[in-house]
Amino acid sequence: MRIAPKHTQRIAVALLGAATGVTLLVLLFIIVFVLEKGLPVVSFRFLFSMPKDMGRAGGILPTLVGTLLLPLLAIAIALPLGVGTAVYLTEYTRETRLTRIIRFGTDCLAGIPSIIFGLFGFIFFVTTLGLGWSLLSGGLTLAIMVLPTIIRTSEEAIRSVPRAWRNVSFSLGATRWETVTKVVLPNALPGIVTGVMLSVGRSIGETAAVIFTAGSSLRMPHSVFDSVRTMAVHFYIMAREGISNENAYGTAAVLVISVLLVNTLTYWLMHRFIARRAR
Amino acid sequence: MLASPSVKVRVRDLKVFFGQFQALHGVSLDVPACQILGVIGPSGSAKTTFLRALNRMNELTPGSRMEGQVLLDGADVYHADCDAVTLRKRVGMVFAMPMPLPMSIYDNLAYGPRLCGIRARAALDARIESSLRAAFLWDEVKDRLRSSGLRLSGGQQQRLCLARTLAMKPEVILLDEPCSGLDPISTARIEEALTVLKAQYTIILVTNNTKQAARVADATAFFLMGELIEHGPTAQIFTAPRDQRTDDYVTGRFG
Amino acid sequence: MKITREQVVEKLLLAVACSAIMSLLLIAVFILKEGAPFLVKVGPRDFLFSSDWRPQEGHFGIYPMIVASLWVTLGALLVGGPLGIAGAVFLTEFAPPALMRVVKPAIELLAGIPSVVFGFIGVMVLAPLVRAYAGGPGLSVLAATVILGIMILPTVLSIAADAIASVPQSYREGALALGATRWQAVHMVVLKAARSGILAGLILGMGRAVGETMAVIMVAGNAVKVPHSPLDSVRTLTANIALEMGYATGMHRQALFATGIVLFIGIMLLNGSAMLVMKQRKGKP
Repeated sequence: MRIAPKHTQRIAVALLGAATGVTLLVLLFIIVFVLEKGLPVVSFRFLFSMPKDMGRAGGILPTLVGTLLLPLLAIAIALPLGVGTAVYLTEYTRETRLTRIIRFGTDCLAGIPSIIFGLFGFIFFVTTLGLGWSLLSGGLTLAIMVLPTIIRTSEEAIRSVPRAWRNVSFSLGATRWETVTKVVLPNALPGIVTGVMLSVGRSIGETAAVIFTAGSSLRMPHSVFDSVRTMAVHFYIMAREGISNENAYGTAAVLVISVLLVNTLTYWLMHRFIARRAR
Repeated sequence: MLASPSVKVRVRDLKVFFGQFQALHGVSLDVPACQILGVIGPSGSAKTTFLRALNRMNELTPGSRMEGQVLLDGADVYHADCDAVTLRKRVGMVFAMPMPLPMSIYDNLAYGPRLCGIRARAALDARIESSLRAAFLWDEVKDRLRSSGLRLSGGQQQRLCLARTLAMKPEVILLDEPCSGLDPISTARIEEALTVLKAQYTIILVTNNTKQAARVADATAFFLMGELIEHGPTAQIFTAPRDQRTDDYVTGRFG
Repeated sequence: MKITREQVVEKLLLAVACSAIMSLLLIAVFILKEGAPFLVKVGPRDFLFSSDWRPQEGHFGIYPMIVASLWVTLGALLVGGPLGIAGAVFLTEFAPPALMRVVKPAIELLAGIPSVVFGFIGVMVLAPLVRAYAGGPGLSVLAATVILGIMILPTVLSIAADAIASVPQSYREGALALGATRWQAVHMVVLKAARSGILAGLILGMGRAVGETMAVIMVAGNAVKVPHSPLDSVRTLTANIALEMGYATGMHRQALFATGIVLFIGIMLLNGSAMLVMKQRKGKP
């Protein structure tokens, strides 16, 4: 029996659409499930008070602080390194063996799973360098994890700045560095910021690398050498140890909302920059 | 032979190579101060390469190499003691396509002076106004200096680029086919500006339009396939050229 | 003098640019430093092919974990691969462009959800379902497969979508001009042309699945045994490292680093082949 091609197409498209629909439904389910069970738990007290009894009661304030400080430190380290690398690759050199090696290294780094970063961070920062389980160890490890993302997005952003503007700057007697800082980087900013937001989003949910480097102390950090617990780590510990399903859901809800916020902010920033450029 | 004191730019046997390819073959000429030199020739004659050799912009192209001498006021600009960055502050350039930087008109003009350390508002304002007046653009933009340079029309943008170069107070101005995309009225305005400016500046103007050279230039140089074929007073080039190829080009037998 | 300042800036930037390679080297060196002596002592054959994992008694066989990782990864590919490719085809070829504007951010949102949340949903929702309808402990290969499949779906989808979108329009028009329906043009011409890009997406998805840790720990059950059915509880290589790292010392700790080396090599091979496949595509017209 031969089915007419038109019918085959209709069936095929229906199936494909269904598959896409399934994907969206899954996303919707996850968000609704977590928020439905978790939002009732989330209150100002939940967010801003200290945990009691290892998290069975009380709030998640120190984890909130940890989740804020850790990505901040990671970006503070990775941004200058990443943008500097991107600037060097695009503005100061042509394609040579060294640049190929750098790109290869960056691609490899991007593919390493987080548990290996956890192992490395533990043996290098925590143990060998003696930094212990700390904000610093975690921040340094996360910085290396997000470095490839910053390099890639920064390079793309820098390359999209029109060559003509560089020529104008040079013809007016600017040095290469002046051209980079006054013309190229200001105009590459939207792309660079996107890379930063992507990295922040990833750092918020990162657990395997964080737990072996920043530790899991529930105390408020007072210095970079203090151990911190992020929300993701807190959630994991509570879920695994079965400590408090209620608070676990609450933490999960805050996590999901944070990711939603970061993604939305990224889109809004991108649209604003694109709109401004088009003017 | 002593260099005549009124020679601003002297080029001796200038050759430019891009990798293995030789773009410019042994060009020698003198450009007297406060004159307009028109550079004409069909596309691909390396007129732009010649121009860019004068402010060392060719160095930005990877694989480029030069031989010969370019003397500004008697000093070799390619000598190790001469810094390309400082050179470009003395020899300004206007490109073929209007290229305002993505900033306000004010910032476009202030970009160069700020690089030189001029930051005082009063000084910048004065310099910007005088540059815009010299480019015949002041009246049209004086009320909207803070608006983006990209909002101007093509002709206004090109005058902005000229004003931007003037704001550096250069000694020599290089123009690479500045009117190629512009309407006749904008072209006329720029030509008018150049005629006034030559009292103070030495101007080298590359143009695809022989009539423009005839209108504006004091001397004209004809390039063909990377070689300087003939160079002399404009009137002579156009009415009594010595080389047959020059005659063919200016009469339009090829172009 | 401005020139020397420029030279200083250039050298500094060069040093900064090497930070990525230096980090990679550091990682390789330190992981090897901890794990290689162990491999030399115990020997790769015993390590990789023995099913006896009793670190307290000095037995370090990770064969069950290797099989577990393979099963879970391939299963994830079976779930996430078709869904991802189907979604990619639908979005690039058949859906109205307005839908893209809604779905693309949704996919990126899915990709941004932390793995611990996925794991948790697996434990609270999926595992009980598996236990109720299919038997077994619930925390199993099956549950891990489904969760991982959803996690790698965004990767597969976006790479496949890029590959399909970059097929030249002339290919489609050529097929349509011969009287093909859109669907025929897609599956006979476009998908074939985008084949290597889609393959690369699948391989990268596999790489992500192999490296996933937290979700798998929560959902796969973590029993150290070679699986015989999808309902068995298993422990992957990543889970093994993460679960025992907290209290491992001496040889035990070295064994975990050695597991890290195995993982590292496996993923490098996967990513390397994906890069090769992508490069081949660039060679094609």
